[in-house]
Amino acid sequence: MHGLNLRRLAAGILALSLVGVACGGDSGGGGALDTDADLTTQSLVISNWDAYTPEGLIPSFTEATGVDAELSLHATNEEITAKLIQSDGAGFDVAFVSSQFADQLNQAGVLAQIDPDFIPNMANLAPEATDLVGIDFSIPYTWGTTGICYREDLVSSAPTSWNDLLDPADDVKGKVTMLQTDRWLMLPAQKSLGFSVNTTDADELAQVQELLASAKENLLAYDDVTFYSRLVSGEAALVEAWDGWCNYGIAENPDIKFVVPEEGSDLWADTMVIMKSSENLEAAHAFINHVLEPANHAQVAELVYYKVPNPGAMALVDPGLIAQFPNLGMSSADLLEGEQLRDLGEDNQTYTDIVTEVVAG
Amino acid sequence: MSRPMRFHLFMVYTFLFLPIGVLVVLSFNRSGLPTSWGGFSTRWYGELVRNEQIREGVKNTLIVALGSTIIATVLGTLLAVGIQRFVRSPFVESAILAPAVMPDIVLAVGLLAFYTMVEMPLGRLTVLVSHSLFCMAFVTAVVRARLAHVDPSLEEAARDLGDTAVGAFLRITLPSLAPGILAGALLSFTLSIDEFVIAFFTNGPRNPTLPQVIYANVRFGVKPDVNALATILLIMSVLAVLSVQRLTRPTDTIEAS
Amino acid sequence: MRDRAAALERAALLGPGLLYAGVLLVVPLGLILVYAFLTGGRFGAVDTPVTLDNVQRLGEPVFRDVIFTSIGLSATATVIALFIGYPAALAISKLPRRWRTVAVICVVLPFWTNFLIRTYAWVVLLNNEGLINQLLRATSVIDDPIGLMNNRPAIVLGFVYAYLPLMILPLYAAIERLDPQLAEASTNLGADPLTRFRTITLPLTVNGAFSGCLFVFVPSLGNFVIPELLGGGKTATLGTLARDQFLKSFNWPFGSAVVLVVLVIVFVIVGVQNRIASRIEGTNMKATP
Repeated sequence: MHGLNLRRLAAGILALSLVGVACGGDSGGGGALDTDADLTTQSLVISNWDAYTPEGLIPSFTEATGVDAELSLHATNEEITAKLIQSDGAGFDVAFVSSQFADQLNQAGVLAQIDPDFIPNMANLAPEATDLVGIDFSIPYTWGTTGICYREDLVSSAPTSWNDLLDPADDVKGKVTMLQTDRWLMLPAQKSLGFSVNTTDADELAQVQELLASAKENLLAYDDVTFYSRLVSGEAALVEAWDGWCNYGIAENPDIKFVVPEEGSDLWADTMVIMKSSENLEAAHAFINHVLEPANHAQVAELVYYKVPNPGAMALVDPGLIAQFPNLGMSSADLLEGEQLRDLGEDNQTYTDIVTEVVAG
Repeated sequence: MSRPMRFHLFMVYTFLFLPIGVLVVLSFNRSGLPTSWGGFSTRWYGELVRNEQIREGVKNTLIVALGSTIIATVLGTLLAVGIQRFVRSPFVESAILAPAVMPDIVLAVGLLAFYTMVEMPLGRLTVLVSHSLFCMAFVTAVVRARLAHVDPSLEEAARDLGDTAVGAFLRITLPSLAPGILAGALLSFTLSIDEFVIAFFTNGPRNPTLPQVIYANVRFGVKPDVNALATILLIMSVLAVLSVQRLTRPTDTIEAS
Repeated sequence: MRDRAAALERAALLGPGLLYAGVLLVVPLGLILVYAFLTGGRFGAVDTPVTLDNVQRLGEPVFRDVIFTSIGLSATATVIALFIGYPAALAISKLPRRWRTVAVICVVLPFWTNFLIRTYAWVVLLNNEGLINQLLRATSVIDDPIGLMNNRPAIVLGFVYAYLPLMILPLYAAIERLDPQLAEASTNLGADPLTRFRTITLPLTVNGAFSGCLFVFVPSLGNFVIPELLGGGKTATLGTLARDQFLKSFNWPFGSAVVLVVLVIVFVIVGVQNRIASRIEGTNMKATP
């Protein structure tokens, strides 16, 4: 009697567990998303740059979905990328990184593939944005281009070419800064010589290195963070800058102008990525979806003075702001003339070596 | 002392205190900037308390400092006593003090490689362990210096009279070592709070320590609430140094080689 | 019985500490030594094959320059600190006894404030909108601000400021330990202060000077904060190079090779110092009765 029951019990348990395995999937990380997931039981840790998230964004997200979200700050792309690769994404669910670093993270196997079904607001993205490489693991948050930010009153003539930065006029020698991050440090030289920003040709890179080395003599500093305040104070007259950052300077001093040099520039995007190891994948997707809501995304543009790849959102942006910061009004078509920065795989090292040698020179 | 010498000393003190003095004064400047004096104000201290980043940093730093101080003090004291009694070779002594004099980047990088190798996730714990290592060296040095003034015959007498080794140690030696141990602990705590490079390399992406937060902030240029933070840290350091000084009297404050 | 108890006591006292420090010190250093000769994985792992590539790469002109630049900056800072610190230590030793402790504490105090903040204080002072330029412009000494930072002198200044207390302390300790009778004797024999300094004070405090130099040179060699904050990111040093290899390029083997160079330089200098110190010690031994 007991024996029969036991055997049936065992079979039942076995069957149930098999069903459990089939239905449950992974408890976290990489598994298929669950449409019935209860978001209120999930929570998020999000890493972004300081002053890059509108104050109301996360509270409104928590209110809408019941998901608790904590904002952690990182100072540079390299820093957060290094730590995420090191820890395999542990401790985070969502991170904001520039697109070539998203690329790198993806190749390191740290990122989850984004499921568009869980981000219906992806339809709000500009079609050019969804065409960007890396859209399956990184969703663009802001985008723009790199150019020259300058003090109209401190230069004898408005700059039009990258050479105005690399080989500055006598009156601005020593009052020029370039960006410090590898890819953007190399950009002006690459474009000035007519090469691609993703080139791996040894000859071309040698020429780029030579040009950068000679440019260094006239530099005030390599600066990623204080270049616009140097312009405001007059310590610098011409700086390499991301268009949005230049706007911070323009806000403080209307004599500051931005121009994309005639040789062309890049198209960069700061993107949102999700960690493969996250146990809150549904909430993470919901968060990104929340950001892409035109009203919310417009807030981003109004806070950080960057363009967002969301036509509906850009339409909501205060026209006065666009009048004050002309580059906010750049069209997608204009932006697309820029070359998207791609991760270069093994050749990343070559770029870093070149920058190391230029700085050491 | 000759005039030129007196002047030189005065200039040296000016050099040492000028930047700090500037920060203290600026911390009470309403405008917060060196470009203009906006009147006396404590607003930046208020801003500081409201600054979540800094609060996080303080919390993490305190956790790390407390933990590493406890480990460093216990192990360091034991080591100091052990060296005093059993070690004759100067080589071992210098080896133990090595973490204190090595360039911090060497330790930082080595420990990073170590934690990666044993697959220990980077975070507050790894920083704590790293700090305890070099703090231990300092505690050992300080307690050693104090030990030189402790009469070993007292403990021996207690043991001859029947006390156990551990008992005699706890009842006789430890109390007279107490000021030295306290000084060592204080030293360790202060060092850990200020330590940046090792934390930078061995910390995980979350829970930055206070120096890490400061670093992230000062790279953005002059920030008024950092001035307030600097003043507070200065006051704390003054108190710490004075206490250590008190506790290690009449020995020299430094055990230079 | 006593022996066994002694052995147990020894193990209990020395065991935990030595084990802890042993593992956490020896293994990491060993890893650096080993990694320097391995190949790098793409994202920071290390792999065989064993190779001399990383070490050889350091011999390339660019990196040789970085090594010499670093040594140069640190050495310059050390010499400046020595010339500032020695007279200061002497001056303190001549203060009335009561004031000496206070004086020493005042020297140490800045050192106990946060290193980053002390460096940042110089940014506040030196930058174009900073106090020094403000002062010079306000007093009409100059019209336009002068670039006081974002250059190598600013880096040297940063090093000197950061480590000067560590130069003064051992010097002062050495001077304090001098037997006053020696100075008295030489004066009685007719020596003037300069000769006295040259023949008595200087040789007998050489060890303190060496310690002080070491305490300035060694930490400044691996420092990457000061070259970045005060140097404008334009100067590559061993410290910035190592940091970049580990946190930017993820090239751990090359980074380890760089750190290894720092270690080697430190060992060489300490070794040389020990040699010279014992030689002088020997001479002094012969000299004193």
